[in-house]
Amino acid sequence: MSTEKTRLQRIFEWHEARLPLVSFVDHAVGTKYPAPKNLNYFWNFGFLAGFMLMTMIMTGLFLAMNYTANVNMAFDSVERIMRDVNFGWLIRYMHFNGASFFFIVVYIHVFRGLYYGSYKSPREVLWWIGVIIMIVMMATAFMGYVLPWGQMSFWGATVITNLFSVIPVVGKMITTLLWGGFSVDNPLLNRFFALHFLLPFVILGLVFLHIWALHIPGSNNPLGIDVAPGDKIPFHPYYTAKDAFGLGVFLLAYFTMVFWFPNALGDPVNYVKANPLVTPASIVPEWYLLPFYAMVRSIPNAVIGVAAMFGSLLVLFAVPWLDTSRIRSATFRPIYKILFWVLLANMVMLGWCGAQHPEGLPLVLSRIGTFWYFFHMFILLPVVGWIETPKPLPASINTPALKPAE
Amino acid sequence: MRKVLFGAVAALAFAAAPAVMGAEEEIHLPKQEWSFNGVLGKFDKQQVQRGFQVYKEVCSACHSVQYLAFRNLQDLGYSEAQVKTLAATYEVQDGPDENGDMFKRKAKASDHIPKPFANDQAARAANGGSLPPDLSLMTKAREGGPDYVYNLLLGYEENPPAGVTLMPGMNYNKYFPGHQIAMAKQIQDGLLEFADGSPNDAAHIAKDVTAFLHWVAEPKLEARHDTGVRVILYTLLFTILAYIAKRQIWSRIEH
Repeated sequence: MSTEKTRLQRIFEWHEARLPLVSFVDHAVGTKYPAPKNLNYFWNFGFLAGFMLMTMIMTGLFLAMNYTANVNMAFDSVERIMRDVNFGWLIRYMHFNGASFFFIVVYIHVFRGLYYGSYKSPREVLWWIGVIIMIVMMATAFMGYVLPWGQMSFWGATVITNLFSVIPVVGKMITTLLWGGFSVDNPLLNRFFALHFLLPFVILGLVFLHIWALHIPGSNNPLGIDVAPGDKIPFHPYYTAKDAFGLGVFLLAYFTMVFWFPNALGDPVNYVKANPLVTPASIVPEWYLLPFYAMVRSIPNAVIGVAAMFGSLLVLFAVPWLDTSRIRSATFRPIYKILFWVLLANMVMLGWCGAQHPEGLPLVLSRIGTFWYFFHMFILLPVVGWIETPKPLPASINTPALKPAE
Repeated sequence: MRKVLFGAVAALAFAAAPAVMGAEEEIHLPKQEWSFNGVLGKFDKQQVQRGFQVYKEVCSACHSVQYLAFRNLQDLGYSEAQVKTLAATYEVQDGPDENGDMFKRKAKASDHIPKPFANDQAARAANGGSLPPDLSLMTKAREGGPDYVYNLLLGYEENPPAGVTLMPGMNYNKYFPGHQIAMAKQIQDGLLEFADGSPNDAAHIAKDVTAFLHWVAEPKLEARHDTGVRVILYTLLFTILAYIAKRQIWSRIEH
């Protein structure tokens, strides 16, 4: 028995010497990746995002096997998945709700980064890749929503692709490229399907870069201070165990939606087949794009509106320099901490506004919200960094920090 | 501090909501008890069968259920023979035959239930220009779902409220967005006799046909609930074990 084990071990070592697959994983998310020992549950969401990416790719693969990208057949092929394909209803509801849960997880991940200053030196490139992933995710999700070719698919595609047309000089060309013709029709559906299949793998590649960039400085932590090697613990088994528990809690929420409220996050109008002759009462994107939709509609000038919408994402690339404070964690930044929660509330408010007709109070609030977003990014971030007096930082993550005043 | 601020912003947003809603009249849908709601909700097969009878004898004159095949009816407790016999009472177009001609044949269990009109234009022509929508997904395609469909069927008023002028061919309905609906009131007391002798007042008929339509829209609902319970129990067990494992592993270090 023991000799056999040794032989297996020898084969394993022979292989590892030639292609160190196992030690690669071990270094990435295993025993050889030292992580600060004070990471809280908000550090679960990176893993959860990766888990959702794989869930979406797997369910999406099986959906693609049964989906037909043709304006006359797409809607019917989705209904066939729901009715006649074995477990088709499960695969589709997991994919459909999975998009929402992917965004929930990623948005928490992003706001965690904003709170604990994970974008600051030396993690700027890590942050950039994260922002790119989020933007590609938005494009992927939008194209996926078009595929069932329901009423909101069609009209959402019409509104969003028309946004590009206002871009000076190249706008019309981009719109024509997206449409593959002169209106939203079959060529658009075909290229959106192709791109919707491709982009998740682009995201997967970006995730590798994201993890690579993470491993250069190592994980940030709730105190935002640099961590001595002695205060680090191996990712496996400590954080794999913690992530497994977090995954269980997350799955309970996700599965509750999938099995009991599968359509709660969708618009009922998308169960009506696309009809270019009938405009729905209100055209709204999925909830995760609503804050940005509110921004574009808050500005009367279309060019500036579209610039604001894309700008709200692009500005995130500059956040590591717009924030002039060297203190990472908001725990030690009394003013920034308040601004963080205001920004979060502002995004929620913009999301609510995005679902309303752009008139009256929602319009006023979306203007205030849009202004506040950019005011936060361009004015408050640098100014607060200069004027704020941070609380004293602990010397190490083992030293008890001063208890915050609240 | 953060709670106060967050609360203030949230209060601002929600205080504003009713003022905005005022512009668009909000229609209140009285909620109904449905056997298919709840964690273990199931279809009441007898009720859905009665609803199918209502669809067959009343709705199907104008409305299709294009995603429903005769074979699906076996899920309601009809035998294979009953489904075949029922299908054979319908005619569908098939072909072309070896001479290149289309021909009519009796429907089979695998056929979908034939639509009442050959195409949308024919449907409009027969309905004063209005298109009776397909009902396959109706309970999922409207805000309010089954409650909306049920209330709509009963929500007709003979005389519209003062100040409302109906367009020609339109009917007043309390629950229809805009209140002017092309479909005339269909459901009334004693409209039909149920095969199982169940009460046939308007409310019961509307309820039964709505349950049928929800079954057509969401035929895998029971499998979904059953699977869901198993999945949740499994996940719960996994979560508890993961928590114990995490506690045990983390007890090895000071943290």
